Amino acid sequence: MSMYGYLFRRLLGTIPVMLVVAVFIFLMLRLTPSDPAAIIAGDNATTEQVAQIRSQLGLDRPMIEQFVIWSGRVLTGNLGESFFFKKTVAALIGERIEPTLSLALFTILIAVFVAVPLGVLAAHRHGSWIDRIVMGFSVLGFSVPVFVIGYLLIYLFAVYLNWLPVQGYQRISEGVGGWVQRLILPSVTLSVIYIALIARMTRTSVLEVLSEDYIRTARAKGQSERKVLFRHALRNAAVPIVTVIGLGVALLIGGVVVTESVFTIPGLGRLTVDAVLARDYPTIQAVILLFSFVYVMINLSVDMLYTILDPRIRY
Amino acid sequence: MADATILEPVLPASPAKPAAYRKLLRNPGVMFGSTVIMIVLLMGLLAPWLGTIDPTAISPIARNKVPGAEITIRTDTGERIKMIAKLGTDSLGRDVYSRVVYGARVSLFVGVTVALISVACGLFIGLLAGFFRILDAIIMRIMDGLMAIPAILLAIAMVSLFRSSVWTVIIAITVPQIPGVVRLVRSIVLSVREEPYVEAAVTLGTSTPKLLWRHVLPNTIAPMIVQGTFICASAILIEAILSFLGIGVPPEVPTWGNIMAAGREVFSLFPHNIIYPGVCLALTILAVNVLGDGLRDTLDPKMAKRV
Repeated sequence: MSMYGYLFRRLLGTIPVMLVVAVFIFLMLRLTPSDPAAIIAGDNATTEQVAQIRSQLGLDRPMIEQFVIWSGRVLTGNLGESFFFKKTVAALIGERIEPTLSLALFTILIAVFVAVPLGVLAAHRHGSWIDRIVMGFSVLGFSVPVFVIGYLLIYLFAVYLNWLPVQGYQRISEGVGGWVQRLILPSVTLSVIYIALIARMTRTSVLEVLSEDYIRTARAKGQSERKVLFRHALRNAAVPIVTVIGLGVALLIGGVVVTESVFTIPGLGRLTVDAVLARDYPTIQAVILLFSFVYVMINLSVDMLYTILDPRIRY
Repeated sequence: MADATILEPVLPASPAKPAAYRKLLRNPGVMFGSTVIMIVLLMGLLAPWLGTIDPTAISPIARNKVPGAEITIRTDTGERIKMIAKLGTDSLGRDVYSRVVYGARVSLFVGVTVALISVACGLFIGLLAGFFRILDAIIMRIMDGLMAIPAILLAIAMVSLFRSSVWTVIIAITVPQIPGVVRLVRSIVLSVREEPYVEAAVTLGTSTPKLLWRHVLPNTIAPMIVQGTFICASAILIEAILSFLGIGVPPEVPTWGNIMAAGREVFSLFPHNIIYPGVCLALTILAVNVLGDGLRDTLDPKMAKRV
């Protein structure tokens, strides 16, 4: 089985998953007690006007037909019109994507560069106080809510020490310095739970590898401990770590919604909350569809990475 | 073979060992976790007798007081009494201490209810999927799809469908938790099906419901207790997140998330609105998580190795 064949089959496998997501999101809108046609028509509309809008939107057709039309539109990039923001959802997402992508990117970078060495260290000093601190931090990271961490960091670094701006976002086109400065606190906040997750998995995975024969061989031939840990052990422990990084994206997406609210960042997370508060269903649908699609695609790429990380895996 | 039923094994599949309870009592995580949870539970149950006032009472003259400030409040009978606001007041003049104490009720109620409902639903669906081949493919595809939507996002989407109430929040948090339970139950069923005692029971003509009840269900108890505990922890967390975002339980209901939501605007001047409920929330979730880890290590050693 070639790798491309496998890639193709995996790609095909995501279709039923996304289909279920799409059906679910579509039914969600139909289940709402409110009538989208009445919302669009406004308060002063007559019954005829509402009926006209309803037939314009195709809401009077059978469910299955509506679903086919809707999915066709989504596949061609037409995500509909926002009730609340009065513009196309695609344009809305376009405006809001930069802050969210920046935040996610910073968070993943911080999380990986902190968590992986921490996990390796904890495994190396298995049972020592370093190990206990790392494991304790990991349990704590899962328990303290993102927004509590966010406000504590704001209070400490922005209000008390006055080192960093309290809230807000600056676009990258308005200056890289301000962009980075405003992203530090939110991404550190968001990375805590991610660090907890990755560090724990790195520790478990490296610990398992460290008892292998080839580690003893590497040590026996006089390889430095750093090389043993990071070249031999980490490399062989990489598959579960990368898997958990991929699965953790779900936590990251949930965290983005909260973090953007704490730091008043005008991204997709804030858009989701605003859309829910305004009961703006086309926007809610589109954002959830987009986030789920990204999540599925990231985990598909993680699967692809396995062959590069571990050449023993063949398809 | 008229008396085939006599041959059926009468003992449950996994008799509880008395040693398990002693092991539980010796586990520091279980002890710490259950002690903290008991304290929080007592705090919630005894809330009216812990020196609290009506947690929803608004007092315009006592807005944004720092912890320890003296405030005057008017009772329902119109009497004015002076009291110390131990943890200060929020921007509507509500006593933060009373709200924090009463908040324990909602958090624990949501956590436990979500855990019970999602475990019950997950068990039922998982048993169906594991035992009936035709249903398996359909159920698992739906579960895969649900799992592709990040939990908090799915909860947020569900909240938007109904009027805000405690039960809306409970349903919204429960639905994303079910697929995980279904997967776990299904994997247990699939492995138990291959066990010799199940094959023996099948050969003896045991009916499927009886087989599930007597041989399969007992094998799911320990993992379900462990999984339920972790679900309880994330339910408490997600409830607080939803309330904090302003889309959870109605704002006047005292929950830790709502107290923090009310304190957002004035946070840099009056951090007590966020810090006290935040500490309670984090400590409670930590306790439930630590309890879950302890339960997993003692009740379900196989799972402990897997994670």
